[in-house]
Amino acid sequence: MKKTLLFLTLLVSVFSFSQENIKQDTLKTVKVEGSRKGIKKSLSITTNTTLVTSKELLKAACCNLAESFETNPSIDVNFSDALTGTKQIKMLGLTSPYIMITEENIPSVRGASQAYGLSFTPGTWVESIQITKGAGSVVNGYESISGQINTELIKPIGDIPFFLNAYGDSGSRFELNTHFNKKVSDKWSTSLFVHGNTRVSKNDMNDDGFMDNPLGKQLNVANRWQYYNPESGWVSFLNVRYMNDKKQTGQLDFDPDRDRLTTNYWGSEINTERLDFSSKIGYVFKDMPYQSIGFQNAFSSHDQESYFGLNQYDIKQQSYYSNLIFNSIISNTMHKFATGLNFSYDKYSEFVNLVDVSRIDNSIGAFFEYTYDDNDKFSYILGGRMDYHNRLGAFFTPRLHVKYNPWEKAVVRFSAGRGKRAANIYAENQNLFASSRLFSIINANGKIYGLDPEIAWNYGISFTQNFILFGMKADTTVDFYRTDFQNQVVVDIMNSPQSVTFYNSIGKSFANSFQLDFNLEIIKHLNLRTAYKFYDISTEYFRGSYQRPLQAKERFFANVEYATHIVENGKQWKFDFTWNWLGKQQLPFTESNPHHDQLPEFSPSFSTMNAQITRTFSSTFEVYVGGENIGNYTQHKAVLGADNPFGPTFDTSIVYAPVFGAMYYAGLRFKIK
Amino acid sequence: MKNIVIGMMLLLITFSAQAQDKKNKNAKYNIEVNGNCEMCKKRIEKAAFSVSGVKSADWHIDDHMLHLIINEEKCSVADIKKAIAKVGHDTDDIKATNEDYEKLHGCCMYERK
Repeated sequence: MKKTLLFLTLLVSVFSFSQENIKQDTLKTVKVEGSRKGIKKSLSITTNTTLVTSKELLKAACCNLAESFETNPSIDVNFSDALTGTKQIKMLGLTSPYIMITEENIPSVRGASQAYGLSFTPGTWVESIQITKGAGSVVNGYESISGQINTELIKPIGDIPFFLNAYGDSGSRFELNTHFNKKVSDKWSTSLFVHGNTRVSKNDMNDDGFMDNPLGKQLNVANRWQYYNPESGWVSFLNVRYMNDKKQTGQLDFDPDRDRLTTNYWGSEINTERLDFSSKIGYVFKDMPYQSIGFQNAFSSHDQESYFGLNQYDIKQQSYYSNLIFNSIISNTMHKFATGLNFSYDKYSEFVNLVDVSRIDNSIGAFFEYTYDDNDKFSYILGGRMDYHNRLGAFFTPRLHVKYNPWEKAVVRFSAGRGKRAANIYAENQNLFASSRLFSIINANGKIYGLDPEIAWNYGISFTQNFILFGMKADTTVDFYRTDFQNQVVVDIMNSPQSVTFYNSIGKSFANSFQLDFNLEIIKHLNLRTAYKFYDISTEYFRGSYQRPLQAKERFFANVEYATHIVENGKQWKFDFTWNWLGKQQLPFTESNPHHDQLPEFSPSFSTMNAQITRTFSSTFEVYVGGENIGNYTQHKAVLGADNPFGPTFDTSIVYAPVFGAMYYAGLRFKIK
Repeated sequence: MKNIVIGMMLLLITFSAQAQDKKNKNAKYNIEVNGNCEMCKKRIEKAAFSVSGVKSADWHIDDHMLHLIINEEKCSVADIKKAIAKVGHDTDDIKATNEDYEKLHGCCMYERK
């Protein structure tokens, strides 16, 4: 008996020993990387992807995701329109509907949330952002045309127990962010993010009787759970989120209770309530770290009720998204593949001036993506997916990315791909409701508001070279991308200032984008980032071929950052300065208006400057002050026909420059580690 | 009692013998390979992948360890060591010939043990 026991003990100890081995091995693969640079460009990855770390996001006011691209040349941030104060972004000269925007690889800004969605993710929640120029991967869907932006939020494992950020600015906007984190067990961690922002007083710097930015209130709460068990290979995320956003704008004297939907004063309210639930579960096969399976599910309900003067617009979108993905290798890790299935369901209840334009969309698709990497110079990703969508039909989406390192510290990349999408014409262009424009659609018997799906091919080539200049690190990138629309839903504001017309392409529509970047470390801790961009975005309208309105043909960007050496207890000064120059922009057609409500054909060129100073007192406490548009450049006439808001020439949508002048802000960040 | 113990031991021996016979399709090995730099990393991994049956090969510059996952039905660790020695890198037991070592790029001339 004794012997048996001894024997069993031995056996057990052998087993536990082998487990120990596995444990050590898996733990080894967890790498902690210090983020030295704010923007990282790799020479080895296949796609043209820039990684923006949270460090970069600390360089600007960055209240929310829409504002977090101010210091990044790959993305153009438009000036917030006079009405909603929301900043729109563009990539390769195309607006956000043509960009696949995902949050932890789940499509987030789409459909009803297209106009304001980016402002619904507070900046402090963001851990990193990956920006991919060009066609993008087939894994997340078929909709991306000009690029992909994926946001990773702070992970509960590895988060600090408490974080506080308070912010206030001269535009009377205030923000409060608090994060709480708790390790529940060695495998479960949870984070609670609470964000609130408000703008409490009316500003009218240009004396046109209209607020320069809306009064607002937002409450945004997220609770995340993360499960991580390296021994078994299981990982999981659960997220619940609730957001309530209220905006009021229009004339200073407008009182919503008294004047709503009357012609006493012009005003607008946009109220949005959103609920998100998402789950992710992943399994990494034992003894096969290169093989894994993942299953994502997301449900969201987005409910917007709004009116713009006498125009009423309500949209509610209930969505379900599901993605099953299997990753593995073919013979060895030089040949990887990902394959899986997507399912999506979107129920839109949409009312435009009480006319019901509701619809239900659903799609199912299968994808396969093969990655070859010789671990040296050459790699490519070839992907394809087949989808069936009740309105877009059955269609195939191919995508290709190639990378080659011709010599040391250089990389050439090429990408090509097709994208297809249903244009949500009202949701995407709802800023036009705040004008006296009449909406009309030239019916083509298509399945989306009578229109056909948008289809585009995108091709791009890029070259990066890192080198040493005067003994300091420097790099330069040149890239060229072209988007060719087979069909586009044209938003025609070039015909008459009293109308907006939507129709299928009647001729050529394309977007060419050229970008030249040059970055240099001038002296230690002093970095310069510059970019020149040239866009040729042409669309055939009924009145002829024009450049896309409100898009600068040329842009120049420069950013300088300087940080002092970190001294005892993490004390440091950081300085950041950004200069943006915008060339002339095509303006919508206004020639038929009375003389005083006409705008020139092109806007003047101008530049804006932002600056920020951060003082870190210790590794847990810092204070920052900054200014946006410190040169105080403003658009001469922000609201067209402001003296007669219910008249025929009223238009708040033509914004090519800042409406609000110089804005100063201050904030603090406090951490408990 | 004795008989039971002997019986169990016998049973176990047969089991382990069988287990040894059955070759692992995802066997993990960590072997030491001498080298210096990123270029060495590429060369070592390329040599490892040239052996059919090698599923994953990852060489770490810091501790000179090559982490392998191989299909033992198709190859053995010795095959990989030979392939690596052939491109000029010494492993713990199989060494490169002087001729192959001399062919290495200047920065890859690691100190031989």
